[in-house]
Amino acid sequence: MAKKSAAKVNLVQRPIKKWAPLFILPTFAAFCIGFVWPFLQGIYLSFCSFNTPKDATWKGIENYTKVFSDAGFLNAFKNTAAFAVVSIVLINVVAFTIAYALTQKIRGANLFRTVFFMPNLIGGVVLGYIWSLIFDGILKQYGTYLTANGTYGFWGLVILVAWQQIGYMMIIYIAGLQAVPEDMLEAAHIDGASRSQTLFKVIIPNVMPSITTCTFLTLTNSFKMFDQNLALTGGLPSVIQDGAKVNVTELLALNIYSTYNINKNWHGVAQAKAVIFFLLVAVLAIAQQAATRSKEVQQ
Amino acid sequence: MKKSNGIAGKILTAFFVLLSLFWLFPVFEVVINSFKENAFVNLEPFALPTAESFVGLANYIKGLTFGNYPFVLAAGYSLLITVASVALILVFCAMSAWYIARVNSTMSKIFYYLCLISMIVPFQMVMFTLTFTADKLNLNTPWTIPVVYLGFGAGLAIFMFLGFIKSLPLEIEEAAAIDGCGPVATFFRVVLPMLKPTLISVGILELMWVWNDYLLPYLVLDRTKFMTIPILVQYLKGSYGTVDLGATMAVIMMSIIPIIVVYIFCQKHIIKGVAAGAVKG
Repeated sequence: MAKKSAAKVNLVQRPIKKWAPLFILPTFAAFCIGFVWPFLQGIYLSFCSFNTPKDATWKGIENYTKVFSDAGFLNAFKNTAAFAVVSIVLINVVAFTIAYALTQKIRGANLFRTVFFMPNLIGGVVLGYIWSLIFDGILKQYGTYLTANGTYGFWGLVILVAWQQIGYMMIIYIAGLQAVPEDMLEAAHIDGASRSQTLFKVIIPNVMPSITTCTFLTLTNSFKMFDQNLALTGGLPSVIQDGAKVNVTELLALNIYSTYNINKNWHGVAQAKAVIFFLLVAVLAIAQQAATRSKEVQQ
Repeated sequence: MKKSNGIAGKILTAFFVLLSLFWLFPVFEVVINSFKENAFVNLEPFALPTAESFVGLANYIKGLTFGNYPFVLAAGYSLLITVASVALILVFCAMSAWYIARVNSTMSKIFYYLCLISMIVPFQMVMFTLTFTADKLNLNTPWTIPVVYLGFGAGLAIFMFLGFIKSLPLEIEEAAAIDGCGPVATFFRVVLPMLKPTLISVGILELMWVWNDYLLPYLVLDRTKFMTIPILVQYLKGSYGTVDLGATMAVIMMSIIPIIVVYIFCQKHIIKGVAAGAVKG
């Protein structure tokens, strides 16, 4: 049996191998240009002071020490963590509730689903622009404006992102809810389980994989949030803190970007921030893998 | 599960109607303001156009040539970049994924693991250095930037294709080989048609990404010559206060309409694509 399948593989494999330049080389070359080389160069430059890669001079860990004493970075980190916690809870609770209600076969469920998903098709920059107009319009009635205060900007971004991502997570929850075995629900019904008992004892344990997926998706989305942050407040307002300018509503991704744009002395620091940011996101992604896998073992 | 038709069901439906209206409000806001004169957009952003503030299609006409950059040009570049990038990603990543799945070599393995790593690397990690590389290799035009998209988007696309290809029975390709089909013909005539559902899912995800992407083209493209729609919108916002808000709303409207039209026609595929992508991502 093993021999037979090996022969089969060879029948297909050997001729393909000759065509490697066609099948794999174009993608691999583009992959090196678009990912591998910039990634390696990025790690190297995070230890350098540079304007362009040509004039890079080695500085050791100086950039990294600067990052951790940078008030703007610490502020952005706190913002991002707070933003992630608030949006994970808000988005997932609302998205699950909507998905649950829509799978109860209410009239017009498809139409509602279409409407809730719609914001995902519009780019973050455009969404930011639209919502800044709305928030400014509301706040004007109270004699203020969106970038007057960091609190407005933070909650404004939460509302925008919730409005955008609830529809996306709802789609994943609906797919999860539809996969709950019908006979389990019937059995619960026959055994006289109440609606809430069915929800908490049967449905939620069954959609745990979707809950894990959505939680991590909202987590990584919050960490990588850039366009909406840029277009809604651009990090404003700014204050002077410990002698440095701090953009109050800036999240991590935007902070990396604005650090780079201060001047060329900050290029290396911005790249060091990017490396730290990558490590953070990578840890989150690996944690997700571990969590998903432990769920699979249980089932 | 039985249909909830009672009073509870009616209340629920009514509640969802209200919620949907709230969801549509921001778009509605753009629609009404795109028909109002500039001064009124700032003054009363939530008011419907009145006889006094209504300007008909004037904002749309103005929006076409607004901000020193023609909207049609930005839309054209957006379309070119999106179509070319998605096409490149679909064809080349499907080919690579098939190669990786069928050829068990060191090269295949290295490429596969690099793809996995690339999926957890945020764009911020490579954005500055990618800009240098793209400039050096002349990948800073709308005609060449699809290569950058292929490179940065390859990881996820190959991963998704691989998941599907691994479930395909080898017998079909074997039969094609026995019938005298070479690898190229086997791929394009036998494998690619079987990949159709994944091609649609991956295509939708990449489409939504590239069309709405702001930062990559903003950094990579030569901005003095080339803008895409998101770059144009952000550029217009940059001159907030001096900018004609009515005309900007018209520009936003013109950028949203094509997406809404595509959404209405391909809704089923889009929703399926998102659900499929999420399970793996």
